[in-house]
Amino acid sequence: MEPFTTHTGIGVPLRRSNVDTDQIIPAVYLKRVTRTGFEDGLFSAWRQDENFILNIEPFSRGSVLVAGQDFGTGSSREHAVWALKDYGFRVVISSRFADIFRGNSGKGGLLTAQCSQDDVELLWKLLENEPGTEVTVDLTEKAISAKDLSMRFEVDEYVRWRLLEGLDDIGLTLRNEGDIDRFEATRPARLPRTVITTSG
Amino acid sequence: MGRTLAEKVWDEHLVRRGQGAEPDLIYIDLHLVHEVTSPQAFDGLRLAGRPLRRPDLTVATEDHNVPTKDVDLPIADPVSRTQVETLRRNCAEFGVPLYSMNHAEQGIVHIIGPQLGLTQPGMTVVCGDSHTSTHGAFGAMAFGIGTSEVEHVMATQTLPLKRFKTMAININSADGTLRPGVTSKDVVLAVIAKIGTGGGQGYVLEYRGNVIENLSMEARMTVCNMSIEAGARAGMIAPDAITYEYLNGRDHAPKGAEWDEAVAAWEQLRTDDDATFDAEVDVDADTLTPFVTWGTNPGQGLPLSARVPDPREIADENERVAAEKALTYMGLTAGTPLREVPVDTVFVGSCTNGRIEDLRAAAAVIKGRKVAEGVRMLVVPGSMRVRFQAEKEGLNEVFTQAGAEWRSAGCSMCLGMNPDQLAPGERSASTSNRNFEGRQGKGGRTHLVSPLVAAATAVRGTLSSPEDLD
Repeated sequence: MEPFTTHTGIGVPLRRSNVDTDQIIPAVYLKRVTRTGFEDGLFSAWRQDENFILNIEPFSRGSVLVAGQDFGTGSSREHAVWALKDYGFRVVISSRFADIFRGNSGKGGLLTAQCSQDDVELLWKLLENEPGTEVTVDLTEKAISAKDLSMRFEVDEYVRWRLLEGLDDIGLTLRNEGDIDRFEATRPARLPRTVITTSG
Repeated sequence: MGRTLAEKVWDEHLVRRGQGAEPDLIYIDLHLVHEVTSPQAFDGLRLAGRPLRRPDLTVATEDHNVPTKDVDLPIADPVSRTQVETLRRNCAEFGVPLYSMNHAEQGIVHIIGPQLGLTQPGMTVVCGDSHTSTHGAFGAMAFGIGTSEVEHVMATQTLPLKRFKTMAININSADGTLRPGVTSKDVVLAVIAKIGTGGGQGYVLEYRGNVIENLSMEARMTVCNMSIEAGARAGMIAPDAITYEYLNGRDHAPKGAEWDEAVAAWEQLRTDDDATFDAEVDVDADTLTPFVTWGTNPGQGLPLSARVPDPREIADENERVAAEKALTYMGLTAGTPLREVPVDTVFVGSCTNGRIEDLRAAAAVIKGRKVAEGVRMLVVPGSMRVRFQAEKEGLNEVFTQAGAEWRSAGCSMCLGMNPDQLAPGERSASTSNRNFEGRQGKGGRTHLVSPLVAAATAVRGTLSSPEDLD
C-alpha cells in the first residue's frame, strides 16, 4: 500500500448524515470481480441530480469529502472505499464513522479523519462560501487546515502508523505465525469443521 | 472482577495480545463466504502466492446474486453469472466447501450456518457481510468484515481487532412474553429507534432479560441480525437450554461425549453477576406494539398506530433535514396515519425473517385470505432446507392460494442485486433489514416490518397488523 503522510485537495461539503454504503455505491455495482474501476458507481443515484455537489464545478474535482455524522453505515461492502478512492477521494472528514467502513478505509488507504461536528460545520460553511478551497490533511500532525481554519482530528493510532508506513496487514500478522500455530494446537477437537462428514 | 459474555469469548480467542496501540490478534473459528465480497480476496491470495490457511473452517454459498425463480436455468444476467462462476472456480482451487444453487443446503449465508450446526456458542464467526451479527444469537461473537479482512482471514485465520466496548440491552416485560401480534422484529426495530443508527457504534450488544430468554432461536437470530442497524458490529445472547435443544443432532454439532463436553463449556458462557457493561439500555416490552419504519434508515421507525412524523417538530437541525429528505424520498406526507399508507409489494424473506418460523407466522395470517388487488407478494425462503420444510407443511400452497408468489432460496428483494427488485417509486412492506434509498431497487421505497405485519399488509393493501383483519 502507498504510504499516506499529507494530502491537499479541493474540499467537498456533503451536508448529509447517515450516508449509508448503499448510497456510496448501490448493490448493482457489486457484481464485478475486479478491485478497481468503481468510480462510476460512486453516489450513482444522487449524481443523477444535476444539483448534486459532485456535479458542480469545482467540487467534481474534489479529493477531501466533508460529510455529516454516521458516514458509511450499513453494508460491509469495501467497494464503498474503492469507489471513493477510484473517484479521487483520499480523505473523508466526519464527526462519526460506522465501524466497518472505518476499518475498510484503513485497509484501502482512504483516511477517515474524525473531528467535532462544530468543526465539520465550519468546514461546510467555508467550502460552500468559497468553492474550490483546498483542504490540507496532515496525518503526521493529525491536523486539518483550510484558509484560516485549522483543527485537529482523531484517527486510530495503529491505523495511522500503518497508513504512514504503507504497511500490509497480512504481512504484519504473518510475522507472528508461530503464535497462530501455537493457538491452533490448543483448540478443542469438538469444534466444527466445514468439511462434510455426515449427509445433510 | 467478573467478565461479560463478549469478553469471555474474546479472551478465549486471543492469539496475541496487542502491544501499545497495536490491536489484539483474534482467532476465527468459522469463515462464511459468498460470491459478492470474496473475488478480490481470492485474487489477493493468488497475487501474493498465499494458500488459504483453513479451508476446513471456511464454507461458501451463493445467495446475493441468485435468481429465485427459473433456478434450473443459467443466471440470465452475465455479470451476476460471472461472479457466481468466479466463486465456484475459487472454491475449487482453494478447497473450500461450496453450496451452489440447487444444492439442498444452498441458502442465505446466515441461514445455512446455524441450520447446519456450524454456528455454535462461544465461537468467533466472520463473513464479508454485515448481517453476520445474526450468529450472535448462539452466544458466538460474530461480525461482518470487508474484503481486505476476508483476505486476511483466508490467509491467517485471524483478524487484528481492537477490543469492543460492551452494551447491555435489557428487554423485559411483566411475564416475559410479548403482546399478541408483537414479534422479535418489532423488538429490535424499537431498540434501533431508541438508540439510533449510531447508538451501538464501537459496542458489542448483549441482549438480556426475560423476553429474550423466552424467544426461540430463530426469533433471537432476528434480533441479533439487526444489531448492525444500530451501528454495533455484533449482538450476542447467552446460550441456554433453548440454544442446546436447537443444536442437538444438527449435522456439525458435537456428538456423544463431545456433546457433553461442549455443553459444559457453553454453560460458562454467560455474563458474570459482578461484571459491568460500558453502557446499559432498558426496553419496556409491555408497551411494545407492532413497529414499522417510515424513513430511509432503520432508526426512523414508529409504532404502526402512529402517524408519519412532522419534521418541523424535530428540534435537532441535522435530524430535521434528514427527516425532510426521507419523507420526500418516501413520498409521504406528515400526519398521515401509517395504517393508511398503501403498498405495491410485500416481501417476506431475507436473513432477518426468512426462516421457517417466519414463514409459518406469515402463512397463519394469510391462510384463507387473499392478497389485495394490485399488490404483489413475494415469499422467499432463506434456504433450500427452509423451502423443503415449508413445502412439506403445505405453506407454499397457503401462499399461492392467497395469490402470493412462492420462490426458491436467496437474498432476493432484500437488496437490488438479483432480478427481484422494486421499480422506481414502488413501495414495499418488507421483512428485510434495510430501508435505505434504493436498497430494494432504484427509487424503491421500503417499510421494514415483521412477517405478521407483512402478511396483514398484503391482505389489506395498506400497512396493517393481523388485528386489523376481519
